[in-house]
Amino acid sequence: MSTPLLEIISAPHLKGSRSVEMIMRHVVWSLLPICAFYVLQYGISALASIIVVTATCLYAERAFVRTGTQAGNLGDYSAVITGLLLALTLPPGFPLWMGAVAGLVAIALGKALFGGIGFNVFNPALVGRAFVQAAFPTSIATYTPSFLGGRFTEFIPSSLAWPLMTPADAALWLKLKNLDALAGATPLAKWKFDGVVANAVELLTSLSGHMAVGPAPALVLLCGLYLAARRFMDWRIPIAILGSAALTAWLLYAIDPSRYPNPFFMLFSGGLILGAVYMATDMVTSPVTPAGMWVYGALIGLLTVVIRYYSGLPEGVMYAILIANAASPLIEKVTQPVTFGRGVPGRSREGTPGYVSRTDANAAIPKKRFLRNKPKK
Amino acid sequence: MNPTTAKTWDEFMEGIWRQNPVFVMVLGMCPTLAVTVSAVNALSMGLATLFVLVCSCGLVSMMRKVVPKEVRIAVYIVIIATFVTVVDYAIQAISLALYDALGAFIQLIVVNCIILGRAEAHAAKNPPVPAMINATGMGIGFIIGLFALGAVREILGAGALFGVSLFGSNFQPWVIMVLPPGGFFVLGGWLLLFSWVERRKRRKQSGKLGEATQNA
Repeated sequence: MSTPLLEIISAPHLKGSRSVEMIMRHVVWSLLPICAFYVLQYGISALASIIVVTATCLYAERAFVRTGTQAGNLGDYSAVITGLLLALTLPPGFPLWMGAVAGLVAIALGKALFGGIGFNVFNPALVGRAFVQAAFPTSIATYTPSFLGGRFTEFIPSSLAWPLMTPADAALWLKLKNLDALAGATPLAKWKFDGVVANAVELLTSLSGHMAVGPAPALVLLCGLYLAARRFMDWRIPIAILGSAALTAWLLYAIDPSRYPNPFFMLFSGGLILGAVYMATDMVTSPVTPAGMWVYGALIGLLTVVIRYYSGLPEGVMYAILIANAASPLIEKVTQPVTFGRGVPGRSREGTPGYVSRTDANAAIPKKRFLRNKPKK
Repeated sequence: MNPTTAKTWDEFMEGIWRQNPVFVMVLGMCPTLAVTVSAVNALSMGLATLFVLVCSCGLVSMMRKVVPKEVRIAVYIVIIATFVTVVDYAIQAISLALYDALGAFIQLIVVNCIILGRAEAHAAKNPPVPAMINATGMGIGFIIGLFALGAVREILGAGALFGVSLFGSNFQPWVIMVLPPGGFFVLGGWLLLFSWVERRKRRKQSGKLGEATQNA
């Protein structure tokens, strides 16, 4: 068989190398160091939690993809990201069966319901977390301290609860290890309920033991930097979130330093960094317009600080991101950039001829004739 | 089965399966979502609605030739409201705890669209006996719907059914199931299941039809 001289193929002729699957794979890679550090902090329970939650997400995704109603497939790594992020936002001693429920709800309610990847309104991982937050409020608020001795040989007892059963009391277990119940509280909860503000180095690295922080903010920022540098993530959103949260916190701190903690504490104490870098930047649920990204990020930062200060909950990142997700279609709509050639830069938009409708231009409107084929009586 | 019995049976079964008020017509959502925290609440709400539905459909059907067309809705509402008042006082007399649990939703049976819908669509056009048979089917369908929701929500939200503990004292209750969002989630789950069953049935039928035409 000879090769034809001219091969005729329809467009597109040039394809970019990046696909959904490739971007998602890079996000998974950048998440791996964070997961490794998380396991180092909390030991075998954290590892089991990550494995169980991610596996549930994958199985749920597989089941939904098989129904033939979903965009995307199992190979696009998006379910892996959902699983890893969900596991990172849950407490390390979270009962494994509840983690499985969270994973299932994340995929079913957060993603499959809308038709799969690209169609979801809310970040799936956060939908899963919001569900278990509402269903199991005590378990999700029970944290244990990091860097406990023997964490690689012994499970946190609450994580091995039987399905549908109440987990073992973590406070009792801590007492046996001669630790008080406060050792397990997150810095935010400590500040909210006891007025204790943790110091900066501890917050940034979360290396000092006996402090229940999520994954280390410094590490998350570093991994986020990689993603931003490779352009797998838009840098505007995290910057806008952190900037707006810092500004709001700083304003309040300037008004009354005795009542509000310093802005640095606000930024690095909870899940804000993880949320800003990995969850809010989800391509599907965030606006695509550059101006919209700034608005979206600013909204999340503001809401986070407001929820943390003025609500009963110590942490507000999750709800802030979910609310902003819901608002992002609207944000996108009002921040549409001017089409190339329509507006003239440097001049006011009123003076330039943009789109002129027929009625504005007083054009003669052709008379419509309905039912022309109908014979007249 | 002779044709009349078959027709009666069909009218009775209409509300239970083909036109189920909760799962197919999605009517009367207000009590469905608000009251079904437990199976007992759901059942008693369903029974109250069944009573009002059957009685008011019977009366509406009897009066269908007397009532002028212009004021029919007002007449229906008065009839329904009468029976709702009866049920209201009856429940108050039988169990005050249940009355408090159901709250304003007993009085709100008046505006339940299943009842008004049945009165307008069926009872006003048919003689009393078929109307009441159809209303009974609808009422039972509504009870089934409420019970399906109430049972799931009680099992997950309290680990019990009819107040009897199923999993022992160590059960971890799902708080969200007794909150309003839980009602929506469970209803969504049931609707999903029913539409899935329906679609499967239809696909099977069309498959059989295809085979038959191919063979013929």
